[in-house]
Amino acid sequence: MSALVLLLVLPLAAALATLLAPRAAPALTLGSAAAGVGAALRLAQTVAQDGVQAIALAGWAPPLGITVAADGLAAAFVLMTALVMLAVALAAKVDLAPGRAGARVAFGFWPIALLLWGALNAVFLSRDLFNLYVGIELLTLAAVALVALSGKPGALVAAMRYMIFALAGSLLYLLGVVLVYGGHGTLDVGLLAARTPAATDALALALMSAGLAAKTALFPFHVWLPPAHAGAPAPASAMLSGLVPKASFVILIRLGFEAMPDQAGAGALLLLGLMGAAAVIWGSLRALSQPRLKLIVAYSTVAQLGYLFLVFPLAGGDGAAQPWAAGAWTGAMFQALSHGLAKAAMFLCAGLWVMAAGGDRLTDLRGLARPMPMTAMAFGLAAVTLMGLPPSGGFTAKYLMMTAAFASGQWGWALVLAGGGLLAAGYLYRPMAEVFARDCPVTPQPVARAWQAVPLALALAAIVLGLISAPPFDLLQVGRPAAAEVGL
Amino acid sequence: MTGTMTGAAALLLDLLLVALVAFAGWAALAGRGVFRAVVFFIAYGLLVALGWVRLGAVNVALAEAAIGAGLTGVLLLATVGRLERAGAARDVPPVRGAAAWVPALAGLGVTGALVWAWFALPLPESPGPALAEALPRSGVENPVTAVLLNFRSWDTLLEAIVLLAALLGVWMLGRDGDWDAPLGLRQHVRPGGVMAGFGRVLPPLGLLVGVWLLWAGADAPGGAFQGGTVLAAVIVVALMAGVATPPGVSALPLRAALVLGPGVFLGAGGVLAALGGGFLTLPEAQAKVVIVAIEAALTLSIAVTLAGLVLGPPTAANGTAEGGAEPNANGPAAGRRA
Amino acid sequence: MTGAETFLPAAHGADVYALGGAVLVGLGVWGLLALRHLLRRVVAFNVIGSGIFLFFGAIAARGGGAPDPVPQALIITGIVVALSASALAVTLVAALAQRRGGAVLPGEGRQPPEAPTATPPAAGRAEG
Repeated sequence: MSALVLLLVLPLAAALATLLAPRAAPALTLGSAAAGVGAALRLAQTVAQDGVQAIALAGWAPPLGITVAADGLAAAFVLMTALVMLAVALAAKVDLAPGRAGARVAFGFWPIALLLWGALNAVFLSRDLFNLYVGIELLTLAAVALVALSGKPGALVAAMRYMIFALAGSLLYLLGVVLVYGGHGTLDVGLLAARTPAATDALALALMSAGLAAKTALFPFHVWLPPAHAGAPAPASAMLSGLVPKASFVILIRLGFEAMPDQAGAGALLLLGLMGAAAVIWGSLRALSQPRLKLIVAYSTVAQLGYLFLVFPLAGGDGAAQPWAAGAWTGAMFQALSHGLAKAAMFLCAGLWVMAAGGDRLTDLRGLARPMPMTAMAFGLAAVTLMGLPPSGGFTAKYLMMTAAFASGQWGWALVLAGGGLLAAGYLYRPMAEVFARDCPVTPQPVARAWQAVPLALALAAIVLGLISAPPFDLLQVGRPAAAEVGL
Repeated sequence: MTGTMTGAAALLLDLLLVALVAFAGWAALAGRGVFRAVVFFIAYGLLVALGWVRLGAVNVALAEAAIGAGLTGVLLLATVGRLERAGAARDVPPVRGAAAWVPALAGLGVTGALVWAWFALPLPESPGPALAEALPRSGVENPVTAVLLNFRSWDTLLEAIVLLAALLGVWMLGRDGDWDAPLGLRQHVRPGGVMAGFGRVLPPLGLLVGVWLLWAGADAPGGAFQGGTVLAAVIVVALMAGVATPPGVSALPLRAALVLGPGVFLGAGGVLAALGGGFLTLPEAQAKVVIVAIEAALTLSIAVTLAGLVLGPPTAANGTAEGGAEPNANGPAAGRRA
Repeated sequence: MTGAETFLPAAHGADVYALGGAVLVGLGVWGLLALRHLLRRVVAFNVIGSGIFLFFGAIAARGGGAPDPVPQALIITGIVVALSASALAVTLVAALAQRRGGAVLPGEGRQPPEAPTATPPAAGRAEG
């Protein structure tokens, strides 16, 4: 079985196995996540060497069948996801394993997490618009279940609100898919790229983009995100914040840059960019005023996702043929990848601190750096990535996007990138100042070093992404939409 | 659409049906009272199913009647019951005043855009020729089954997993203290009542219909999802009539039944890949056998999953089911760590 | 839609169901935005969904002859997916009502008090 097929099958098969043997669930999840990292590395290597790997599933080529394919983008996201899943499995072993957590949570968390992983891989690898719909619905249901996992009334409200936004987004997307089929008789991204444009394409793309933007929590559709991400157990938050929004974003990229780049009007691209900029500023300002660490980290996700949408005015539409487009596009992908690693690390740090100090109010965290230096280090490194400081993956991302902003004369976006970094420094300074304070008013519960190493490894991966940026940069170029072929 | 009807009469019938559908949909949304809204929604679903027959899509009509109207309706009705016991079934007036214009304009805008799109859509020819060429090699005669279980089987596999994810999500919404309890609310059925009689008569009948739908699905309208829905109804009616008691999550046969269909599907896909044919690629000669085997396993799993969705999370008999006053809103703090 | 097919009743039939689907989607969108009782919002989702499916079914039935089976298969998948989402949503509504009281999201108005069937569940207890 090829690495590509294995990555589709493994999470789902493991989820089924955990249902049959709930006691073995942590081991099964850990084993499959480790195997997933191996398969993802192998896939990335194959893609880097031999180019795009495509399979017509069931042996039927489109328009009849469904194609799955790993280009550089898909391989990179699948690898990042596998790394985060491995970390989540290790972290969840600490407090969500049978015998440690309540029976309900210990039973449900593992298969739901594995189904979420399976849905993410399915979305990253699929080339069929309707198959993407099924994949993203699987993702939504698994994510809603994780949001509600704690069972507290506040978490249920957050889950309900999330579900309303997510389902509305799914239906808008589905309506667009129906119009695409009606206009072209195919749902395959590759065939659509070569289609004869139809009058309804702009409407279809607008509907799909609006739905996916709501699912990616783009401002002003972000209101569901902070309570949903902050209210879940830490390993669940890590998946929800680091991974889940990336799926709808990748579909947006597939539509806007591969299936229908011709339909992305300048006005619409500008609007997406402006909403992204508003998300950066508003999310950061809200993060500045939150009293609890998990809420700060969750509002930071609103801001960090905003950067991703700058890719549309910088690299989309007519700009796609410009030399700077490749850099802007790759920069946005670096941002998505490094945010996934760093944000997952941050939520896992928050989980360890809550375990040690009993709460996540900023005052609870006072002086925790002394008893838990590795966790403080992990949080600090993740913060470096989110602020976009060198030598992190976040820096590479901002550097690439900023260069494109200057090259294209779109100075405004450069201001957003720089200002967002300053704001991130501001909202991350507050928890760090508490954590690194010299006095520690309470005696925290001891937390094993092995557990502290997990978020540190993730945060280091986000730094490595910037430190050794050439291989991931080259990987992302494999199968990148032809419109943005010329590098800067 | 049918040869026996003149064009004008057919058009009139279609117009009347669509007007009825729209009215039922409007009543389900804007009518007074949550319970009545649900009743109108069920009527709406059945009318939509008639529409599918008129559109020549009998497979979809069966799915819509069984799942869209039937199961969704039962779910909504069961929820109204739960809301009544929690004191939350009272209706809430819709948004009023100046803010009421936004939803109205949004709805009109979407309808207008779709009407425009309908007349602006080109008429592509695909996948007509490709499909006609591929159908004889698919192993089944029913073209919809061919698409679902051969050409686009990855969709269908994921769809079965979506159902499972929904059930796990539903289970997670139970109380920690109720986790070891059987699934769903306890029903109190009078021994000689209508429901008890129903429970004895309906299951064997439903079993026959369900299995027939599954078997016929290969070559005639029907299939795993329609058959599974009928079997789910059998399970639910039998449980409600007190013929059997629902199991708890800890029952291995229950979990094995949930896993069987997706497991066989994934396993078959994997085995076919290992044999060199490619993931989910059915060899032409054995296609029908494999499809029927997968469908049989899927039908059982779908039936159990759907029944589980209707029953809801594990619920202790003396818990929330009876009366609004609950002993402890959060259950014992089993899920909370010190 | 083109040429002689316009005169076939099938084409008219498709028109009628496409326009009906468009109306249903609009109705559902109105309901989703205007209605505040959460169970009604779940109904609104289902009305939007079936409207989209009808529109899709009309697309499959265009031009007379046997309808295109691909949309039909996709619609069946869509119906099952919609049911899955609805099941999770209604269970969530019920769980909210039991543990928080009411079937309205906070900040979106209040539910009138219930008839004297039961004492209201302790609202806002153990908020964490």
